[in-house]
Amino acid sequence: MADGILVKDLNAWFGTLHVLRDIGLAIAPKAVTAIIGPSGCGKSTFIRCLNRMHEVVPSARVSGTVLVEGANLYAPGVDPVEVRRKIGMVFQRANPFPTMSAFDNVAAGLRLAGMRNRAVLNDAVERALTHAALWDEVKDRLDKPGSSLSGGQQQRLCIARALAVEPEVMLMDEPCSALDPIATAKIEELILELRKDLTIVIVTHNMQQAARVSEATGFFLLGELVEFGVTRELFTNPRDKRTEDYITGRFG
Amino acid sequence: MTTAAASRSLSSAVVSARARRGWGDRLFRGLARGAALSLILLVTAMIIGMAGAAMPSFRAFGWRFLYTSTWDPVAETFGALPFVYGTLVSSLLALVIAVPLGLGAAIFLAELAPVWIRPPITFLVELVAAVPSVVFGLWGIFVLAPWLRNWVQPALGASLGFLPLFQGPPYGVGMLAAGIILAIMIVPFITAVSREVLLAVPNTQREAALGLGATRWETTRIAVLRYGKSGLIGAVLLGLGRALGETMAVTMVIGNRPEVAISLFAPGYTMASVIANEFTEATSDLYLGALIEIGLLLFAVTVIVNALARLLVWSVGGAVKQVRE
Repeated sequence: MADGILVKDLNAWFGTLHVLRDIGLAIAPKAVTAIIGPSGCGKSTFIRCLNRMHEVVPSARVSGTVLVEGANLYAPGVDPVEVRRKIGMVFQRANPFPTMSAFDNVAAGLRLAGMRNRAVLNDAVERALTHAALWDEVKDRLDKPGSSLSGGQQQRLCIARALAVEPEVMLMDEPCSALDPIATAKIEELILELRKDLTIVIVTHNMQQAARVSEATGFFLLGELVEFGVTRELFTNPRDKRTEDYITGRFG
Repeated sequence: MTTAAASRSLSSAVVSARARRGWGDRLFRGLARGAALSLILLVTAMIIGMAGAAMPSFRAFGWRFLYTSTWDPVAETFGALPFVYGTLVSSLLALVIAVPLGLGAAIFLAELAPVWIRPPITFLVELVAAVPSVVFGLWGIFVLAPWLRNWVQPALGASLGFLPLFQGPPYGVGMLAAGIILAIMIVPFITAVSREVLLAVPNTQREAALGLGATRWETTRIAVLRYGKSGLIGAVLLGLGRALGETMAVTMVIGNRPEVAISLFAPGYTMASVIANEFTEATSDLYLGALIEIGLLLFAVTVIVNALARLLVWSVGGAVKQVRE
C-alpha cells in the first residue's frame, strides 16, 4: 500500500478563478494514467499540482492533499524544489536549454543536485538517453546544442533530461501535441516502455492516444473530475452522460 | 450587362489599382534608399572634413600622437595618450561598478519582485536615465567628490593601499569619481535593456528548469541568463558606448589633468573632456588640428568597441540562433 499517488480534496485557483474543484483519485504505481478533457477543463492544472508547479504562477493557489508514496506534497515544511526533483515533468512544447549541448541538457538535473563526477555523469546521461530511445540517434553529436535536434528528438531529449535524475513519477503535459504522427508513435512506444519502472500521468488531447497508452483514464470537465476508471471501460461503456458525449465527439 | 463585361471591368480596375500601387512602392523604395544613403554620405563627409582639419596635427606628429603624453599648447607639442587612457579607464571602471548593479536590478525586476512593485521601480529607473548629465556633474562635485575625499579614499587607501590602484593623496575629484558618476549614469540603461531581454525569455525555459528541481536562483542562472546572454551583452555594450562618449559630467569630476596615472585617486582627462574644455582656446591650426584628431580617435575607439561587441554577441549568440530556425 501507499504506492502510487493519492489525491484528496484537491482545489486550485488562479486569483479568484476556481479552476479545480474537489478532485479525488488514486493513481496506480508503475502504470499509465491518462487525463482527458476539452481545453480549459483544468487537466493541465491538475498535473501541475502533482509536482507543485501550479504555484509557480503568481496568484495561483492550491488546497488539498496529494500523497506520493504516502507523503503529502502539500504538508507544511515540504520544499517544492525537492518535490520537483523526485517527480519529473515533460511539457507540451519541447523545451531543451538551447545554450547547452545535448549532453549538458541531460546532465542538467544531476548537476543541479550537485553531481560533478564526470564518469558518473557520462554513465547517467548514456543510461537516460538509452532509456529515452535516443542514444543511437545522438551519441555522435552529444556536444551539439540540444536545439539542433528534430522536434521529436527534442521532446525525447526532454524526457531523457527528466529521466536522468531517476524520478519515481513522470508527468507529461500533452507531450505529443506539437509532433507529427511518426514522432508521436515513438513517444508512445517509449511511454509503454517507461511504465515498467515509473508511474506515469499523461495529459492528452488525443483520445486515441489515451486509449492506446493508458490503463486508467480520468475525464475532466469545467474543473471537475467527471469520471475516472479503467481506460477500456471508460471508452466503451462510460457511466456518465457527459463522458459519453465527449468521447463520441459531441463537444470539445 | 453581362457577367463577362463585369469581370472585365473588375479586372481592369484591379490592374490600374496595381499600377498605382506599383508607383507608390517605387516612391517608397526610393525614399527609404535615399534616407539610408544620406546617412552614409553624412558620416563620410564628417570623417573627410575632420581628417582635413586634423591634417596639421597628422603632419606634425604622425603616429607619435597616439603614444606620447605631452600636452603643451604653448610649445605646440601634443600627444593624446592621457586622454585615450582616461576615456578607457573611466569607462571600464564604470562598467565594473554598473554591470553587477544593473544586471542585479534587472533580474530583480524581471524575475523576483512582486508583480505590483515592478512598474513603479521600472519607472524610477527610467527617470534616472532622463536626468541631464550636467546635473550628475554638479552632484558629483558637491556631494560625491567631498565624500570620496573625506571617507572613501582614506578608507580604501588604508585597507587596499598596497595596490597601486589605491595610492596617493585623496583629492576627491579624479578617475574614481569619474568612474562612479559614469556608473550611476549607465546603470539605468543597462537595467532597462536587460529587463527587456529577460522578459523576452520564454516561460517554457523557466518551467524546464523548475521542473528539474531548480531553485529560483538556479532557474535564473541556467535557463534565463544563459538564454538571454547575447542580449545582456548588448545591454552592457550600450552602457559602455554611452560611457565612452559622456562629456559633461566627467569633465566636471575627473580633475582634467593630462597625465597617465595608475592610481584611481589621481586626476585624469578624457578625450571628450579635452575637446569640450579647450576648443575655444585652440587658436592655432596645429592646436585645433590636435583636438580634432582626438575627436577622430574617439570616433575610432567607439567604432572598435562596437565592432568587438558585435563579434562577442555573434560568438555567444550562435547557439541560440540555431534554435529559432
